[in-house]
Amino acid sequence: MTAIAMPAPDRDVLARRREILSALQAIVPGEGVIHDEREMRAYETDALTAYRQLPLIVVLPETVDQVSRVLRYCYDNDVKVVPRGAGTSLSGGALPLEDGVLLSMMKFNQVLDIDYANRAVVVQPGVTNLGITRAVEGEGFYYAPDPSSQIACSIGGNIAENSGGVHCLKYGLTTNNVLGLEMVLITGEVIRLGGKHLDSEGYDFLALMTGSEGLLGVVTEVTVRILQKPETARALLIGFPASEDGGRCVADIIAAGIIPGGMEMMDRLAIHAAEDFVHAGYPLDVEALLIVELDGPEREVDYLIGRVEEIARAHAASHVRISANEEERMTFWAGRKAAFPAVGRISPDYLCMDGTIPRRELPKVLARMRDLGEKHGLRVANVFHAGDGNLHPLILYDANKPGELEAAEAFGADILRLCVEVGGVLTGEHGVGIEKRDLMTEMFSEDDLKQQQRVKCAFDEKHLLNPGKVFPLLHRCAELGKMHVHKGQLPFPDIPRF
Amino acid sequence: MDATFKPRDTRQVEDAVKWAAAEDQPLEVVGHGSKRKLGRPVQAAHVLDLSGLTGIESYEPAELVLTVKAGTAIAEVEKLVGDNGQELSFEPMDYGPLLGEEPGRGTVGGVLAANLSGPRRIKAGAARDHVLGMEAVSGRGEIFNSGGKVVKNVTGYDLPRALCGSFGTLAVATTVTLKVNPKPETSATFLLDGLEEADAIKALCLAMGSSAEVSGAAHLPGGIDGEAGKTVLRLEGFETSVDYRFKTLEKLLAQFGAPARLAEEESGKLWRNIRDVLPFASSETPVWRVSVAPASGPMLVERLKAALDMRAFFDWSGGLVWLSCDDGELHEAEIRAALQDAGGGHATLVRADPSVRSTVPVFQPQPAPLAALSRRLKEQFDPKGILNAGRMVAGV
Repeated sequence: MTAIAMPAPDRDVLARRREILSALQAIVPGEGVIHDEREMRAYETDALTAYRQLPLIVVLPETVDQVSRVLRYCYDNDVKVVPRGAGTSLSGGALPLEDGVLLSMMKFNQVLDIDYANRAVVVQPGVTNLGITRAVEGEGFYYAPDPSSQIACSIGGNIAENSGGVHCLKYGLTTNNVLGLEMVLITGEVIRLGGKHLDSEGYDFLALMTGSEGLLGVVTEVTVRILQKPETARALLIGFPASEDGGRCVADIIAAGIIPGGMEMMDRLAIHAAEDFVHAGYPLDVEALLIVELDGPEREVDYLIGRVEEIARAHAASHVRISANEEERMTFWAGRKAAFPAVGRISPDYLCMDGTIPRRELPKVLARMRDLGEKHGLRVANVFHAGDGNLHPLILYDANKPGELEAAEAFGADILRLCVEVGGVLTGEHGVGIEKRDLMTEMFSEDDLKQQQRVKCAFDEKHLLNPGKVFPLLHRCAELGKMHVHKGQLPFPDIPRF
Repeated sequence: MDATFKPRDTRQVEDAVKWAAAEDQPLEVVGHGSKRKLGRPVQAAHVLDLSGLTGIESYEPAELVLTVKAGTAIAEVEKLVGDNGQELSFEPMDYGPLLGEEPGRGTVGGVLAANLSGPRRIKAGAARDHVLGMEAVSGRGEIFNSGGKVVKNVTGYDLPRALCGSFGTLAVATTVTLKVNPKPETSATFLLDGLEEADAIKALCLAMGSSAEVSGAAHLPGGIDGEAGKTVLRLEGFETSVDYRFKTLEKLLAQFGAPARLAEEESGKLWRNIRDVLPFASSETPVWRVSVAPASGPMLVERLKAALDMRAFFDWSGGLVWLSCDDGELHEAEIRAALQDAGGGHATLVRADPSVRSTVPVFQPQPAPLAALSRRLKEQFDPKGILNAGRMVAGV
């Protein structure tokens, strides 16, 4: 068993399973309610596969009204709900609860409106990330955020996790590309946020919903901004004998006023694993490999390729290749894109971490990570969204060896603590989920976490939506709501007053 | 006992808010006070003046990150990043001229509290999109941190972004971390003369949907800024790229006529005028700011102008409409009805007498479940209702 514990199930809810089942069947007819253990197996985990749990019941609603009635029923009857999109979360965000209804939104799979004049697309939450681009690419448009699971992950899940991707330094995360939502609160109330217009007034619930990991509401419709595809894209493949030089090269590219479409770095172990797997032509005698992609108008891209090449040479790059055509550009990317499965070939299992650090700390963090690897007796390969400091250490382990998963998790926790220590954060794009839940206190104080939970209390005071995720300790909202004030004191003699 | 508290650090902000909460004494939270005429007038005996909370905490151009005390002048921040070849790419607008105040004032905290962005919002995003982290004091008098000091972070709810646009009604920001961007090497404006509104917005939307990377798209109908209508598109970036994209637009928009090209200086002046609503600055008539789907902007304006004595101009490719009610009346009902028919959005009364702003909903009224959620969030962060009470909605 692994280290992260989930809240103890509510015996009373488990005892009422039959009653809950028939109530849900009355709301969602036919095959929309799954209760057979064998069929429910498909939902027992997400992409954090070390954790598995059968849900109480699985429900697949097809209409907003059904979602609303299911949530209202659960609210009235104190039943927990775990919303789920495509189940590709890397942090366990969609891990079921034994005493909770798993609400799959994958029947909401329609593109509702494509509006080129307003550069907006309205879709249901079960449409895949890539599905949005597929719907508009004929006209030359695309949806910018591109998480590596984009072929499978749903846009509803992207909202929940505020997903990023390799292009987000230039084009932003999900939160920068979402214009509007329709969502259902745990009480069954349906609200709309934003729309095809840009600025909405009132409290920015759209900001709170994006990245809320299924704890605040269930998204039933999404309006996103689409962009015209850049005219062209070219890439440079740059090798460095020392990772410090690679780090400095990245800093100087940014300092030159250049924001590349993508800027990815890999360390020696990742380079070798990727090259062995896909034969992308990566140099093997380097400590760091940088892929810099420039996209935009042709003239600009040609100009910037030259600038970046100069900067790379000034930083003792030992290899510089420039893609001459689209095929070559794709080859440069092939190794990076296959880095995870490539590492999967050299190790039976791996854990993918996701911290962000200030870029200047990269050499220090890489060195400390090597020390930590020795301490835990495990190897680590690094891929790195170099432009924004988002690090993906892949910890290699073998789940069949007793104690190795625990050692890998402890190693991962040490890496994330290190990220926080150097001024970074626990997660850049994968979310907290259960994976990083117990590390939240490394980054936030008790008062910091209280404010976060007060947001939760405004949306879901009974803690029914996705409990056990994100927060290490669940404070009851009534307890959080108490004001501790000392009447009659005027304890601010130091504040200048007029 | 009316008092103005001028804290020098976060601790003193905490003290003042704790006292106010304990004594049920509402506070008006201000920086330079340059946006006091925006939103509903606050009813509070005491003022919490953050203009003494100043200073750059850290600035690392290579990390694209700036951490600054909330009371720091926005002009000082823009100068600092400008000197380092960077900018706040949301291009914060200055309400001073429109509201009859001095230009160039305002603090970082104020810009974020009102979520003020300029023409570049269509490409670079709003103020809220550039906030990475925040230290703040809630209405309970609790100091808290949220977000981080790196450009990519999804740890916990995005409170820093959510506090933008809350007009200081949930918490008092004390320190903020912003994302900064490289300043473009040069800029130019593509100008088309004399287009009718519908054609103008069509041209703007076409350009926005192209790969020309337009960073400003506005239409000033005839009479707003000179006799002829001006339809303008801004291009920014490396010089060679700007030239190239200008030609791209020329081809794309050939059907709308031959363009003029405004060079950097003239272009800069024009976009500042648009950003700060200068065409309406010299009068005192009610002004509305309407956020609508870009392509619906002309329809909305056409309908209003047919019935009422109004002037209007468009930013954000038609999605931001500035309306001046030249007969001096508010026309709230007509404007909100026209907006509803145009597909919805937000109409905000940005210039009117305090007595009017106390009685007419300044911000777009919300449907009941959303309004209830807003009240619940307010109760969570400021249960005593002491922070900028009533600034956005009566009773919140």
